[in-house]
Amino acid sequence: MDMPVPNAELLARKAHIVGRLQEVLARGAVISEPAETRVYECDALTAYKCPPLAAVLPETTEQVAAVLRICHEENVPVVPRGAGTSLAGGALPTEDCVILGVARMNAVLETDYANRTIRVQSGRTNLSVSGAVEEEDFFYAPDPSSQLACAIAGNIAMNSGGAHCLKYGVTTNNLLGVTMVLMDGTVVELGGAHLDAEGYDLLGLVCGSEGQLGVVTEATLRILRKPEGARPVLMGFDDSETAGRCVSDIIKAGVLPVAIEFMDRLCIRATEDFAGAGYPDCEALLIVEVEGSAAEIDEQLGKILEIARRHDPVELRESSSDEESARIWLGRKSAFGAMGQINDYMCLDGTIPVSELPMVLRRIGELAAEYSLQVGNVFHAGDGNMHPLILFDANKLGDLELCEQLGAEILKLCVEAGGCLTGEHGVGVEKRDLMGHQFTPEDLEIQMAVKDVFDPKWLLNPAKVFPLAASAARRERSE
Amino acid sequence: MLKPSSERELAEIVCDAPGPLALRGGGTRPIGCPVEGKAVSTAGLSGISLYEPGALTLVAAAGTPVAEIETAVAAEGQRLAFEPMDHRTLLGTEGAPTIGGVVAVNASGPRRVQAGACRDGLLGVRFIDGTGTLVKNGGRVMKNVTGYDLVKLMAGSYGTLGVLTEVSLKVLPAPEAIASLSVAGLGVERAVEAMSVALGSPYEVTGAAHQPGGTDMAAATVLRIEGFEASVTYRAERLKELLEPFGSVTILREPDRVERQWRAIRDVEALAGGEGAVWRISVRPSDAPVVVARLPEADLLLDWGGGLIWARLPEEVDLRAALAGLGGHATLLRASAEMLARGAVFEPQPAPVASIAEGLRARFDPRGILNPGRMG
Repeated sequence: MDMPVPNAELLARKAHIVGRLQEVLARGAVISEPAETRVYECDALTAYKCPPLAAVLPETTEQVAAVLRICHEENVPVVPRGAGTSLAGGALPTEDCVILGVARMNAVLETDYANRTIRVQSGRTNLSVSGAVEEEDFFYAPDPSSQLACAIAGNIAMNSGGAHCLKYGVTTNNLLGVTMVLMDGTVVELGGAHLDAEGYDLLGLVCGSEGQLGVVTEATLRILRKPEGARPVLMGFDDSETAGRCVSDIIKAGVLPVAIEFMDRLCIRATEDFAGAGYPDCEALLIVEVEGSAAEIDEQLGKILEIARRHDPVELRESSSDEESARIWLGRKSAFGAMGQINDYMCLDGTIPVSELPMVLRRIGELAAEYSLQVGNVFHAGDGNMHPLILFDANKLGDLELCEQLGAEILKLCVEAGGCLTGEHGVGVEKRDLMGHQFTPEDLEIQMAVKDVFDPKWLLNPAKVFPLAASAARRERSE
Repeated sequence: MLKPSSERELAEIVCDAPGPLALRGGGTRPIGCPVEGKAVSTAGLSGISLYEPGALTLVAAAGTPVAEIETAVAAEGQRLAFEPMDHRTLLGTEGAPTIGGVVAVNASGPRRVQAGACRDGLLGVRFIDGTGTLVKNGGRVMKNVTGYDLVKLMAGSYGTLGVLTEVSLKVLPAPEAIASLSVAGLGVERAVEAMSVALGSPYEVTGAAHQPGGTDMAAATVLRIEGFEASVTYRAERLKELLEPFGSVTILREPDRVERQWRAIRDVEALAGGEGAVWRISVRPSDAPVVVARLPEADLLLDWGGGLIWARLPEEVDLRAALAGLGGHATLLRASAEMLARGAVFEPQPAPVASIAEGLRARFDPRGILNPGRMG
């Protein structure tokens, strides 16, 4: 993976730039010693590392604006960072950039139960948003699996999803407004506690723009009343095609579960060794969860079980207590950790039409065999968001590259099947150079033209999302 | 009027256009400032190209009649989740609404509060930009964060950034049963409180509207619940208990009557005809009583728990001045030609936001030929 050559002139002016940043921020909020900037050298895509020129940790929108104004004047690239949990390298620095971390901006600014909204600073973690409204039995719906650590800022940047978005939607469907600072330091308000945009839907455009259009400092989020209860059912099948058909039939029957999760044999075995959730030994496993009162859950699960039985499951396990529910979820929730015990892995994130599930799973198996690498599948089946996990050995020469090649093949397969490269992790640097497989040059050109409007000098997170060659002219213009 | 029958033909028309184009779908939603230009209709781009009930997705050409889509999904026991409003009654227009028109104005209905707006149900678009270039964005899958989300940007851009040629939409199961609860005689403040209580309950309310009382009718606050039969019965009873402190609650269960009631709310039938300007106001729901108090001359309908206020009032009333200081926005939906010609259909935006909008328009339509001036 290539990154742009750092701008030597900026590196030479480091002391001056750091000095200016120190003037507008509190003591300790500007990090520039090499030993300390290494903390920011990567995000959760740890295969790539590069310490930044400096990192800043502002505490207010005004400070963010002051930092951006300085960087704009000095032509310094800025890489915004939430909690650094991106799996796509969204917060990967370049040597000549300033990392703008929002971790110190984590306050709840307003909770408004009457209007079902909460306003927070963007550095607040996803789970602690729900935590702030829990006492009134409310919650914030998008639940990426990193929710304990990930920040709302990053959720907005990547338009994060989660296991429950089949029913509740992803970040963009739960985001009502933001305060955002443009690269030149201008502060804009988009949306608010009301619904829908008064002009163009700029809020919708900003959500998922991977920190390339502005730095979000505050957000108004929709909160929901918790359902009365939830209960999962576990189903095991002899082959994944049957499991895929079962998913489709459940959806067609008019039942809308909050989650439908899928795991294949490799993942089932790994999680059994790791967490011992008592999963059946089978080719494919589904966890389907529904919500409501006890009677409503019975009604929905009745329909779901009836459909499942038509597909000859090798196992049907209905939960009858909170403890059993937790056990059913235990394996799924520890799947990534379990796979990590076996080897290093790369987690893909392509989405496909649910109807293509059997074909895509079969092709992934064939591709894995061709590359002599193991691929486990664990994903959100209800919405077709796949998470193939490719196992590799980072210490083995050439294995990472081989794994990346296989990953690219699988993502191209997702696009060919009518899907997309990334469903919830974002493009970042990881899938940047695959964009040409999903988009024509014209499709990419107009997206880059959008960035021209928000950030004419291409200083915000510049080397991400678009193939390096495609964005080269624009990025070099700013130097 | 030009009526291209293919994407390519449309692209050529845009590319070769010597001057402004006035774009239209079915012509039933003439919202915005009047546009001078050669009329181009997308009605010739029609038909459902893909519908997968098991994947909850549908792809259709922009000129496909909404009725055709609704019939197709109903046959599989599904529906468009965002319940698009039909503007014909309120605006006094005729013709067949198209799906492209729905998307271009981001038309949503009462279910907006629970299932989201049109923009939330829109998965992908294809459009011709102002240079005649075909662009696609999004796709036909539920989760897609590949590149910038121009899908949201196109929804509600009134044909000023591109001419939609194809849209892909998320559909949802239609409910087995439906119920409407109503409380009579509430003032606006109490009604908004009651709707807030209902929407903040775990009973999944899919509609919360209030029709203020007048000289010859009592005020009515109505709440909708949808789902499986036993579940609807259960939730309706629980919600009734919850609302009892506001007054006596009646439950309507006949599907035809409930549907007729909510269609009337969706299409704002209460304000159809009559004299005066019709405004669509979006505010924080708890601000609704303030809005209503500041518009004493208005005939009103509240939807979205008070977050959406429809107001019909004399044209000489300066609505924006009356609502100064409140957040949210107001759009002038229906008015005399003179009033529309004065512009100001859409809420004026702060300078930095207006400048971004202008910058986008300049990139998507550098010659300024797509519905110029429609959004002011």
